[in-house]
Amino acid sequence: MPTMQDFNLRKAINFGLIAGVISLFISVIGMTTLLSKRQLVAGILTLGQLLIFLAPALLSYQAAEKSSKKSRAILNSVVAGLAAAAPLALLILLESLFNLRQFFVNVSPDLIKIINFGQGTTTGMAILFAAMGLIGLAMGLVHLLQPQIRKSIFTGLVVMLIIGTFSELLTERLRAFFGVEFSKTIFQSKALLPSVAAIILIVVTVFSIVWTKTGDKIKQRLDVIPAGQKRAIKAGNWVVLLAVLFLLPQFLGSYLTEVTNNVGIFVLMGLGLNIVVGFAGLLDLGYVAFFAIGAYTMAVMTSTGALGVGVSFWLALPVSVTAAIIAGVLLGTPVLRMRGDYLAIVTLGFGEIIRILANSDMLKSFLGGAQGILNIPKPEFLGTALIQPGQLYYVVLAGCLLAAFVSWRLSRSRLGRQWMALREDEDVAQAMGINLVKTKLLAFAIGAAFSGLAGAIFASKLTSIFPHSFNLLISINVLCLIIVGGMGSLPGVVVGALILVGLPELLREFAEYRYLMYGALLIVMMLAKPEGFWPSAIQRRELHVYEDQAPAQDNAPAE
Amino acid sequence: MPILTAKNVTKRFGGLVAVNDYSFELEEGSIASIIGPNGAGKTTFFNCITGFYQANEGEIVFNGQKINGYSTDRIAHFGISRTYQNIRLFANMTAIENILVGEEPRLKTFWVEALFRTPRFVKDEQDAENEAKRLLQYVGLTGLGDQLARNLPYGAQRRLEIARALASQPKLLLLDEPTAGMNPNESTEMMRFIQGLRDDLKITILLIEHDMRVVMGISENISVLDFGEKIAEGTPQEIQHNPRVIEAYLGRGTAAGFGATEAAPV
Repeated sequence: MPTMQDFNLRKAINFGLIAGVISLFISVIGMTTLLSKRQLVAGILTLGQLLIFLAPALLSYQAAEKSSKKSRAILNSVVAGLAAAAPLALLILLESLFNLRQFFVNVSPDLIKIINFGQGTTTGMAILFAAMGLIGLAMGLVHLLQPQIRKSIFTGLVVMLIIGTFSELLTERLRAFFGVEFSKTIFQSKALLPSVAAIILIVVTVFSIVWTKTGDKIKQRLDVIPAGQKRAIKAGNWVVLLAVLFLLPQFLGSYLTEVTNNVGIFVLMGLGLNIVVGFAGLLDLGYVAFFAIGAYTMAVMTSTGALGVGVSFWLALPVSVTAAIIAGVLLGTPVLRMRGDYLAIVTLGFGEIIRILANSDMLKSFLGGAQGILNIPKPEFLGTALIQPGQLYYVVLAGCLLAAFVSWRLSRSRLGRQWMALREDEDVAQAMGINLVKTKLLAFAIGAAFSGLAGAIFASKLTSIFPHSFNLLISINVLCLIIVGGMGSLPGVVVGALILVGLPELLREFAEYRYLMYGALLIVMMLAKPEGFWPSAIQRRELHVYEDQAPAQDNAPAE
Repeated sequence: MPILTAKNVTKRFGGLVAVNDYSFELEEGSIASIIGPNGAGKTTFFNCITGFYQANEGEIVFNGQKINGYSTDRIAHFGISRTYQNIRLFANMTAIENILVGEEPRLKTFWVEALFRTPRFVKDEQDAENEAKRLLQYVGLTGLGDQLARNLPYGAQRRLEIARALASQPKLLLLDEPTAGMNPNESTEMMRFIQGLRDDLKITILLIEHDMRVVMGISENISVLDFGEKIAEGTPQEIQHNPRVIEAYLGRGTAAGFGATEAAPV
């Protein structure tokens, strides 16, 4: 870039040091040690090691990219890589001289062994510098490749690493379908075999290169197809998607289906909050309240214990949803005149009130206080109790599909436009003849209905509920997942739920660092991709104001 | 017969009297202007008509119906529509979507119909979209329908705001400084456009305007506000020669010596 100052060595060193400090931080808080128990490639790479190398790799790549001259790119990235090794090397050195564990409990011999590759202080430091330098060199070289090929290599790497990360789960699945022998040809002791890892990397990279070369041609061919056929293709895609969703539990097995059910419940809540926050722009921080109301209504109505009425799931379901809707309207009415921060605070309070009420002695004879409500039966369908995750899956799926359908239809209707206008400028929207009371209450009510439905299914799935399951963090979680996915975007809700609910379930070791990861993810998201992973068209255009093309020419006459 | 009558309207903000005992009649099918120095209470009066503010005293009658006390959305349904001094489009919505929102008072479908896509809903939406496209063409923005309102050039934004106001098929259109920030050619164009609205669509128009060339050129009746009080009303000729108006604009002392054929642009 001509306007930018040349990216000199000092900057490269800075980049490297930043990366090194990130790695150092991750190590000192204990993440590295914990995650190195998960192997990605047998005997070669653990998740902990990946974590140490991730920041140096990314930042040395950045160093190469920021270099104005190609000849300097490799030098810069190697220097950045070497600099990144320095903080970790310092850790090795200090640990050999002092007992650092007094101050940093997580600086264990295990950690040092990971960082110095088990080779002692001096050799270890040398290897560390060499490894980081090599990573820098690799990044510099990759940077020099054609953008297409570079992208394909990264795709291959990411796919390989993801498969490696979930080796344990995949091993189990492969065993279930193809037997132990087959799974052994790919995975060994819960990690990818090095040869297989290399094959995956190469195959995916080559495939990706071929795809980028021919993909445009296929797209062009698709554009020429007449509208009728296009619609048929679209309908076909939907049929395939629905079929996959329908058959999913068969492939996933019971553990992964259980995870999927949890994700599904959050998707359902996300779809509801997406209407309130994403469409209508009403920031609701007490969204968990409707979830709790749905769950408690279901619990009280169906429980076979002392507190329950004992009616069937299907009878209680509409009652739970109705209760949530009523709560939504009750909350919505007093806050009609509030906006932004004030609305957020009031709804936050509402969420807490519901939780505290459920926990209170006053309602203990109805809601069980801190002991909660037990003995909630699982739903029955045509005489069979839906006990297995694979059976409950369909209840969750039906709920999500219904909510997605309602959201989708409404967003493309008069009501959707009213919500959008409300979000943009409430006063003007009202002056255009939009009834604010009705429009806002509909947003609250429909959002609450989805959350109530999620709560009802949740109660029935868990068979017992307690007030502490309905804390503020649920509201925050749901809000985060629609932000990460992309505000106002329906596929974004699914993506967000998979990342924020699904991933932590699969990476159990992370549990301790869950909120650290959350925070880091949110910060990185807001800086790098504020519109979310799968933004709606509206959100995309909103957040990229400055990248828009120049305004259209004012050449149209006034008549 | 007057379509809008304001009787002794007073609006106070604490100790400040923004509009004081203001009475005003607007003939159906006419173009009238309210002028006055900055801070005279013109926009406050607009806000009283459209329900943004509630007048403390007095009443506003539109089409035989008293409208003060109603909320802005009800007033929009009565057939009053407006634009804003600082353009207030829905910036992140496209031009077409802006106009579609403007059509709200005319749309009849119930939200549940959207879920089932009833024939009535589909037809209503289709009609609304066609009407929006027609309006876009009417204000000369053909082809810019998919542009975000934010990305349109200033003049186009002004016209889009008028198109949005027209979408509800109002009987009365309030324009708050429609030519602000325009060069003489553009304001002449806008002037013709406003006249066209009245002549072709039979819409009564009330303007707030600072550009005296525009005011004198198209108004049939002008009302002058100063510090919230009406100091003069009449035809452009009468206003141009009214000493109190000249005084309000130029200050005491200059009034006597000033030729007063052309009021100074403020």
